Amino acid sequence: MSNTKKYLVGMFDDDDVLLHAIKNIRKEGFKITDCFTPFPVHGIESAMSIEPTRLHTAGFMFGATGMSVALGVITFINAFDYPTIFGGKPYWALMAYVPIVFEHTVLYSAVGMVIAFYYLCKLYPGKKPIIIDERTTDHLFALTFEMDGSQDTAAISDLLKKEGAIEVYQKEV
Amino acid sequence: MASHFESPLREPLVKGNKTYKQITTDIVRSTTGELQNRWIFWTTISAIVATFGVFCIAWEVVFGIGSWGANKTVGWAWDITNFVWWIGIGHAGTLISAILLLFRQKWRTGVNRAAEAMTIFAVVCAGLFPVFHMGRVWDAMFIFPYPNTRGPLWVNFTSPLLWDVFAISTYFTVSLLFWYTGLVPDFATIRDRSKTKGRWTFYNLLSFGWIGSVKHWERWESLSLILAGLSTPLVLSVHTIVSFDFATSVIPGWHTTILPPYFVAGAIFSGFAMVLTLMIVARYIMKLEDYITLAHIESMNKILLLTGTMVGIAYLTELFTAWYSSNQYEQHQFATRAFGSTYAWAYWIMMSCNLISPQIFWFRKFRRSIKVTFVMSILVNIGMWFERFVIIVISLHRDYLPSSWLYYSPTWIEIGIFVGTIGIFMTLFLAFCRFFPVVAIAEVKSILKRNGSQAKAHQLEEVADQEVYKSVNKEELLQYK
Repeated sequence: MSNTKKYLVGMFDDDDVLLHAIKNIRKEGFKITDCFTPFPVHGIESAMSIEPTRLHTAGFMFGATGMSVALGVITFINAFDYPTIFGGKPYWALMAYVPIVFEHTVLYSAVGMVIAFYYLCKLYPGKKPIIIDERTTDHLFALTFEMDGSQDTAAISDLLKKEGAIEVYQKEV
Repeated sequence: MASHFESPLREPLVKGNKTYKQITTDIVRSTTGELQNRWIFWTTISAIVATFGVFCIAWEVVFGIGSWGANKTVGWAWDITNFVWWIGIGHAGTLISAILLLFRQKWRTGVNRAAEAMTIFAVVCAGLFPVFHMGRVWDAMFIFPYPNTRGPLWVNFTSPLLWDVFAISTYFTVSLLFWYTGLVPDFATIRDRSKTKGRWTFYNLLSFGWIGSVKHWERWESLSLILAGLSTPLVLSVHTIVSFDFATSVIPGWHTTILPPYFVAGAIFSGFAMVLTLMIVARYIMKLEDYITLAHIESMNKILLLTGTMVGIAYLTELFTAWYSSNQYEQHQFATRAFGSTYAWAYWIMMSCNLISPQIFWFRKFRRSIKVTFVMSILVNIGMWFERFVIIVISLHRDYLPSSWLYYSPTWIEIGIFVGTIGIFMTLFLAFCRFFPVVAIAEVKSILKRNGSQAKAHQLEEVADQEVYKSVNKEELLQYK
């Protein structure tokens, strides 16, 4: 990134303290930019009012696509392009297509969802990550506030300390 | 969170009073080179065995399928036995990570990563066999339906062999994606602990630039859950379809509707046995006793007992059905299996390893014994190999036409390819142990607060004066710390 941003960072060492702090800070009307945790903390999405992900809808649509593609292609091949009777089954032997149609549904759904996941998170091999604090992949939890002048930094600092942050500092990344 | 009640009587799943930081340190340690000598020794041996396997495969490609002992009567022999054996082993990883995730079995977190890795390597080994059984491997792409200049001539979509192609390639792809997506946050953990620039770049490349933002974690959890939901029917379908290769034929001993559930149970059985073999070695070599505890081993032994007994019931059902059907071909087939002069020894190895010996796991003492478990895990894998041998070779060597009855024995090329795949498997697994996080770091951290030994001691204190817990011997429970 060419232009850096300045953040106020509050570090926590316990997920329950963190959850409590998020609720109280938001109650005071402050806007949290992001939160970094070493593992998925349950309940944090609702505490931060993050919209539920729609990844599963994408998964269903990819699966439906896979199913249609498989059924369409097999139908075209076995019933129209090269109609052949195998083992006394009709040209269009739906029951015998079930295994491949099923596998294709799962394949499209899984591959599509994984691609959608990395696309939405903007993660890709070789990406240069903007790391606020390296300890967030180890044992600490970080709350960040972008210092763009819209919020009272000193007040947030005090509140973070009151809520049990073990460290509060400013960082430009 | 408070929505989930954790019984204080359950054993801790993470021992040794770990903190989040300690978990990171313990798992990252194995990737930093402290265990090198032992690792180099075993990897060299595995690589030599793997090279011999590649040599045997090359021999088979150059001189043809005639270099195997398979003949006109026994057209499928060691090769397909090995294929089904490896595919079966490849079922435990996805079962642990998908089905146990859906059932909220927390003990999966200690073993899922390595089990999934094992799954992928086992499927790689399995895939080699049907491909090289084609003889003309350079035409292997004929198995895929693609527009071609041969007619157009397409593959047969109603054939179980083609279903197999789709099932196994889908299974491999989905398992790989599932495994890798789980690894991404842990690669970031290793990246942030790295001391050199090269190491940082390597693990950053693998981690896709993961930073652990809350929105990413939310999507990551959702993705894991849906992939688990997709993998659950997938893992059941794969071995079902493998069993269709046999069940849809008209060979006595193959032509039976019990094969799909029987194969799935057998696959889970052999897969868990292989997980146990590898985990017992890995926890010792890599000092992971606090993460892969006796509670984990006991849980897996319970699954061995359950699936082993299911497989045993299937064996007995087959015998009963053969007798009850009054079909002379079926009856002859099963009489030959159990009492024939040719391969009855294989049948009884199968029976004793798969049905009889796992019954010792009714006793808690044996379920919690590392030595007994290790021996049993090897026995089960021998037994499961013989199960496939019994189904394939015994059924074929006495077919409808007595004039073509033959005895089959493998050549050194066939044995070499099989031993070679064990070498390939071990080489890949050891490489995984060396460079990848063997235990799912983030997932173990997420259960620490409820299932760690400290948390357990605390939970026990809380309930100490409640009437229902009065009779519990707390010292005994806490000794697992």
